[in-house]
Amino acid sequence: MDGGVGYVDVDALKATELRLGLPGSDEPSEKPPPPTTTTTTTTAARPSKRSLDEDRAARREPSEGGRATSTRATKAQVVGWPPIRSYRKNSFQAMKTEAEVAGLYVKVSMDGAPYLRKIDLEVYKGYKELREALKDMFKCFEGCKGSEYAITYEDKDGDLMLVGDVPWEMFTSSCKKLRIIRGAEAIRGLGSSQ
Amino acid sequence: MTYFPEEVVEHIVDFLGSHGDRNAVSTVCKAWYQVDRLSRRSVFVGNCYAIRPERVVTRFPEMKSLTVKGKPHFADFNLVPYDWGGFAQPWIEAAARGCPGLEELRLKRMVITDDDLELLSCSFPNFKSLVLVSCEGFSTDGLAEIATYCRGLRELDLQENEVEDHGHQWLSCFPDSCTSLVSLNFACLKGEVNASALERLVARCPNLRSLKLNHSIPVESLNKILARAPHLVDLGTGSFTIDNRSETYHRLINSFFRCKSLRSLSGFWDASPFCLQAVYPICANLTVLNLSYAPAIQSADLTKLVGFCFKLQKLWVLDCIGDKGLVVVASTCKELQELRVFPSDVYGAGITAVTEEGLVAISSGCPKLNSLLYFCYQMTNAALTTVAKNCPHFTRFRLCILEPEKPDPVTNQPLDEGFGAIVRSCKNLRRLSVSGLLTDQVFLYIGMYAERLEMLSIAFAGDSDKGMVYVLNGCKNLRKLEIRDCPFGDAALLKDVAKYETMRSLWMSSCDVTLGGCKSLAAKMPRLNVEIINENDGTSESKENLSDQHKLVLCQQFTSVSNDIMFTSNDPDVCRRVRL
Repeated sequence: MDGGVGYVDVDALKATELRLGLPGSDEPSEKPPPPTTTTTTTTAARPSKRSLDEDRAARREPSEGGRATSTRATKAQVVGWPPIRSYRKNSFQAMKTEAEVAGLYVKVSMDGAPYLRKIDLEVYKGYKELREALKDMFKCFEGCKGSEYAITYEDKDGDLMLVGDVPWEMFTSSCKKLRIIRGAEAIRGLGSSQ
Repeated sequence: MTYFPEEVVEHIVDFLGSHGDRNAVSTVCKAWYQVDRLSRRSVFVGNCYAIRPERVVTRFPEMKSLTVKGKPHFADFNLVPYDWGGFAQPWIEAAARGCPGLEELRLKRMVITDDDLELLSCSFPNFKSLVLVSCEGFSTDGLAEIATYCRGLRELDLQENEVEDHGHQWLSCFPDSCTSLVSLNFACLKGEVNASALERLVARCPNLRSLKLNHSIPVESLNKILARAPHLVDLGTGSFTIDNRSETYHRLINSFFRCKSLRSLSGFWDASPFCLQAVYPICANLTVLNLSYAPAIQSADLTKLVGFCFKLQKLWVLDCIGDKGLVVVASTCKELQELRVFPSDVYGAGITAVTEEGLVAISSGCPKLNSLLYFCYQMTNAALTTVAKNCPHFTRFRLCILEPEKPDPVTNQPLDEGFGAIVRSCKNLRRLSVSGLLTDQVFLYIGMYAERLEMLSIAFAGDSDKGMVYVLNGCKNLRKLEIRDCPFGDAALLKDVAKYETMRSLWMSSCDVTLGGCKSLAAKMPRLNVEIINENDGTSESKENLSDQHKLVLCQQFTSVSNDIMFTSNDPDVCRRVRL
């Protein structure tokens, strides 16, 4: 393996290949060989050192008005970062797994509805799915007042929060129960947001 | 002084507590070397590859306590391959031959096997204390050997080890005649432990003061144990989930109430908020509280609990306590000396519940604070400057902003000035970890002001070689330097090679040093152990640059260590340690 950064020219390679079949016909199942770089690591997508330096230089500009998220791959993929002992990480992973098996059931109430429902938040991948599921669930209660409503939730601190502000994972880990607010209250609240 | 008889010198030297002081004494003259040598009871080896076990045993034949540390610190974060080394075997074998009077063995980040534990258990008739921290390679079978054969064992302390579970019988191996236990910690064991055998063991050990249970011990057992051991000072609970209307719960409250000596609490693995209330009666006596393994306890309950702990000196919590919770800590725990705030989101997706506000609150409320480990979402220069002013007594200051290279969010500046304030104000700072966006400037400050600094950890920081050079030039007492992902290259590495002889170790990974630079260093300093850890299949050794798979480890070496200890395997698929 040579030491330089080398990208294999995939098209040129393909053109010189000996294969069965008419010229010009492509085998869709054939995978082109991956480009070779010296900085491929087992952890996904760590940028090469050169681009890292460029990143650093670019980030030194203080006038940049707020940094975008690091161009490093998502933090979770940097080996050994954050610096937490693997014993601790493994313990938490074990606890998380136990909790996951149990599911994340929360009560859902809707203003004016005679009874509550319960849903498993882990079934949904994101806010869109959740909204659709809730709409479906409470379809029968959408009365003559029209369909203006806001989905709120009670968080760990007991505060009533509007659903959708924080990343999904953060929401599922802090949501204790859901409450669908209807009518004038809801419209007022939603007026200023997106 | 050489006119004093040896007995007098020995008597004087006995007053010296620290290893450093005794080492210094031994270099004064041959007579004093001998006095120290024959009277040294407690030996500390900071790096197991710096010296041969035989040498240590020959030099200190009256050794009673031996402490050995193995893998580099960054092994905690998976940066060292599992088969790197740090084997306890040669140490136990050498001690078995040369120091049969050994009473205490403490190992950290080492590999110890069941065979090693077996050898240990039958080689030292007076053996009293085994402490294993972050070790691996053994199972509960090895623990069974210790339990069976170590008559008069006082302490078995297992902290955060990876132990293979081969069943729960090991605890039953403590014979009925074993009544000497003072401290038992098996919190890190993953498997079942025989609860009734434990209850009987506790019942017959009247001197038991420290007991840390693992997850498998139910509350019913805890009740019985507390009933038998009301003099416990340090308790790690087992499972802590109970229905708060149950009989068990009420008994638990009573049990805690009777434990008037309890000063330290930990465990709480699966604690639910109700169960915490059982602990309220004793909170006022607590000096140590570790809730860092209880992710199920939310901020409000944590805050309420801590609100009762007026005498707390050491607190370990998860960041779900939040800035608001830390404000409560600051107003309640006026005696606080050590605080550790760990992230509950261990994979670092970057959102935590604590920011600079929590830290500032703590610093203004807890003037005795001297040790900090703080994982947070963000930090500002202004906050660090305030903290530095409020708490000039820091000896350990470790700050980890979860997102690498994150600047001050208010000014968008690097955090150089903030850390600069810390090192300027805290004259006794011995250990420092920096994070966030940092330029060479912060290292200039560290070199200039951190005179007592012994250990420095750097990640994703600096602009050029100058940064590393400032540190090596400035910090006179620097012993351990660990660097990852910084733009420091050969020029910095080779600037002052003599410096490394005053240090215990240097670690560099994902920096800009080259293989050539390392070879050059090894050639200039033959007494240093310069080692490249290569996680590849070995073919990339010929490359001039050290890629991410290569790590440089450098340590002081007092005697040459033969290659068969250094190379862990000839199998190219296994980690290769190349000594240059």
